[in-house]
Amino acid sequence: MTPPAGDIAIVAFAQSDHRRRTDDVSEVEMLMPVLHEVLERTGLKAGDVGFTCSGSSDYLAGRAFSFTMALDGVGAWPPISESHVEMDGAWALYEAWVKLLTGEADTALVYAYGKSSAGEVRDVLTRQLDPYYLAPLWPDSVSLAALQAQALIDAGETDGPALAAIAARSRSSAAENNPHAQLTGVRPHGDHLVHPLRTGDCPPVGDGAAAVVLAAGRRARELCDRPAWIRGIDHRIEAHGLGVRDLTDSPSTRLAAQRAGAFERPADTAELHAPFTSQEVVLRKALRLDDTVRVNPSGGALAANPVMAAGLIRLGEAAAAIHRGTSDRALAHATSGPCLQQNLVAVLEGEPRAA
Amino acid sequence: MPHKEPVAVVGIGQTKHVAARWDVSLAGLVREAAHRALHDAELTWADIDAVVIGKAPDFFEGVMMPELYLADALGAVGKPMLRVHTAGSVGGSTALVAANLVAARVHSTVLTLAFEKQSESNAMWGLSLPVPFQQPLLAGAGGFFAPHVRAYMRRTGAPDTIGSLVAYKDRRNALKNPYAHLHEHDITLEKVQASPMLWDPVRYSETCPSSDGACALVLTDRAGAARSPRPAAWVHGGAMRSEPTMFAGKDFVSPRAGRDCAADVYRQAGITDPRREIDAVEMYVPFSWYEPMWLENLGFAAEGEGWKLTESGVTELDGDLPVNPSGGVLSTNPIGASGMIRFAEAALQVRGQAGAHQVPGARRALGHAYGGGSQFFAMWLVGTAPPAT
Repeated sequence: MTPPAGDIAIVAFAQSDHRRRTDDVSEVEMLMPVLHEVLERTGLKAGDVGFTCSGSSDYLAGRAFSFTMALDGVGAWPPISESHVEMDGAWALYEAWVKLLTGEADTALVYAYGKSSAGEVRDVLTRQLDPYYLAPLWPDSVSLAALQAQALIDAGETDGPALAAIAARSRSSAAENNPHAQLTGVRPHGDHLVHPLRTGDCPPVGDGAAAVVLAAGRRARELCDRPAWIRGIDHRIEAHGLGVRDLTDSPSTRLAAQRAGAFERPADTAELHAPFTSQEVVLRKALRLDDTVRVNPSGGALAANPVMAAGLIRLGEAAAAIHRGTSDRALAHATSGPCLQQNLVAVLEGEPRAA
Repeated sequence: MPHKEPVAVVGIGQTKHVAARWDVSLAGLVREAAHRALHDAELTWADIDAVVIGKAPDFFEGVMMPELYLADALGAVGKPMLRVHTAGSVGGSTALVAANLVAARVHSTVLTLAFEKQSESNAMWGLSLPVPFQQPLLAGAGGFFAPHVRAYMRRTGAPDTIGSLVAYKDRRNALKNPYAHLHEHDITLEKVQASPMLWDPVRYSETCPSSDGACALVLTDRAGAARSPRPAAWVHGGAMRSEPTMFAGKDFVSPRAGRDCAADVYRQAGITDPRREIDAVEMYVPFSWYEPMWLENLGFAAEGEGWKLTESGVTELDGDLPVNPSGGVLSTNPIGASGMIRFAEAALQVRGQAGAHQVPGARRALGHAYGGGSQFFAMWLVGTAPPAT
């Protein structure tokens, strides 16, 4: 039986503490406690799960086939139905959601991890760029984000104080709500890292892992008191070349949000994958978020940005807010590529609670 | 919605696989295959709802997450784009992820593509980045797999001539496939047997080449298939299975993940006797001995009997279970694309469009891929008729 769209929920979420360096553990050792925790929350064992999907990147690990070792940590024996995207784990969740829609599985385990400390992440991310014309120039991720921030300032859409306020709000929210965050508490906005971005406008570099469990229909109700139903999820990509994009806008986010049903009713919470303060400005506009919406109560990527897991964490944090009853309808967003090239939007809802 | 949407293959495109495509960029390479698939389906970029792309490790070309750079070349701007990576099985997994988008009715028509441009880098060193506390490369993939071939020979008593028979067959089949990389017009069994020993018992001519190439498929739903100008290949079953790379109980000769994966595909497709009910097999055979090994693993022969099928000529193009009529991975190996080429060649067979390497009257064909240390498996079974609902 193919379950109807909207009948699939995030039923559990777990994440590691995010740290600047994790020299003391391998990727698998960093991931294992998170996998155990998310399965414990549902009472499932690896062998009970219908489908498993992960997101990670060989370039962060500095070796080919880095995800094969992580699979050992899952406990894939007897053999499991499993897949992997070389993307942020948010897209692994999307693949798992599609699998559940086909009716071939009614539960799915999704995980993602990344250790930025293994290399210089600003340099590593330059290898994502057009290999013939752009990558040889080594434009790093902070410099590209600074171009975007300057475009926003030039367009009159933000300014230094407004960006500083985003940073301050994110990090004080992390201090209040997120024991896993890497940076918490009010921090100085700092000196310019790449003009006009100051250190406070940029995410911490760190290592971390996250996992969620999805379930369909009755299984979701059995596994979770208040499932976070995925009412819609969609993702879109834009052109790669920054010169052909309007960096002050995010049409792919807007289209994904529309296809996910985000504009049908207002949300109370939004978890945005905006590693730079200036990117929150772009995303707020694309998602039509006003001041009535709680944006990044977890602190967002400005408080913890484990590359390849940070997008999945946004979905997990939004779902967890619904599980806890602090949200009834939440938007979750994930991004990939330079200056918000690729974007995913999900709409999560909890059922009305008994009075 | 009581059932999944049936999935049809209506467009197939490949590049001419060669050692080095100096004439095109990565974008040019993938676009060539995608264009051919669209042309086959008589569709345009505007008809495509989503793109699913796969390839093996990013270190092979030195581009991290190349889907970002390739979005424009694959007409994906404004559309959803997913990037799958499951090691050597990725070409198959990528097609299955794309098929699920149609089966789940998320999209009507999906372009899926897999590629490798090995000439941009060096696969041997791409797999050899030093990692502390892990075993270094075992002299390439051949070094990893040769001991498992030895184990197969010892376990089954297979004579040491079997591997050369497979290589001789596949290289002759490749002569009938205009897209195949190796076209060895002067191939003889004696030449295969006289080729240098690389990783005993695997000889040079029993080893896959390093290729540049791409393969693309257009997958669509029932309505899309009805509009197709050419016969569709219908997906009757598809599955992925994974198991750990190394553990004490692992059977490297016949991994359980492969057996379970095949059993799942046959169950979905209603196949009870694969040897009789399947007309052609495109099997992932990067080293010749994997043909008899996988014949057993996939349920075409009893344990210990696979080599007898090969020896008796059953797997020849004119045998009653042709294996790798296209020439297979032994003749063409753009690693990330190799699994999708198997899936595509299976579909060509049931569409009756395999040209000089067509198996007459093929109604059901199996596409098979594996990756990692015989760890990841992906398979699909395609047929001439839509699946019974």
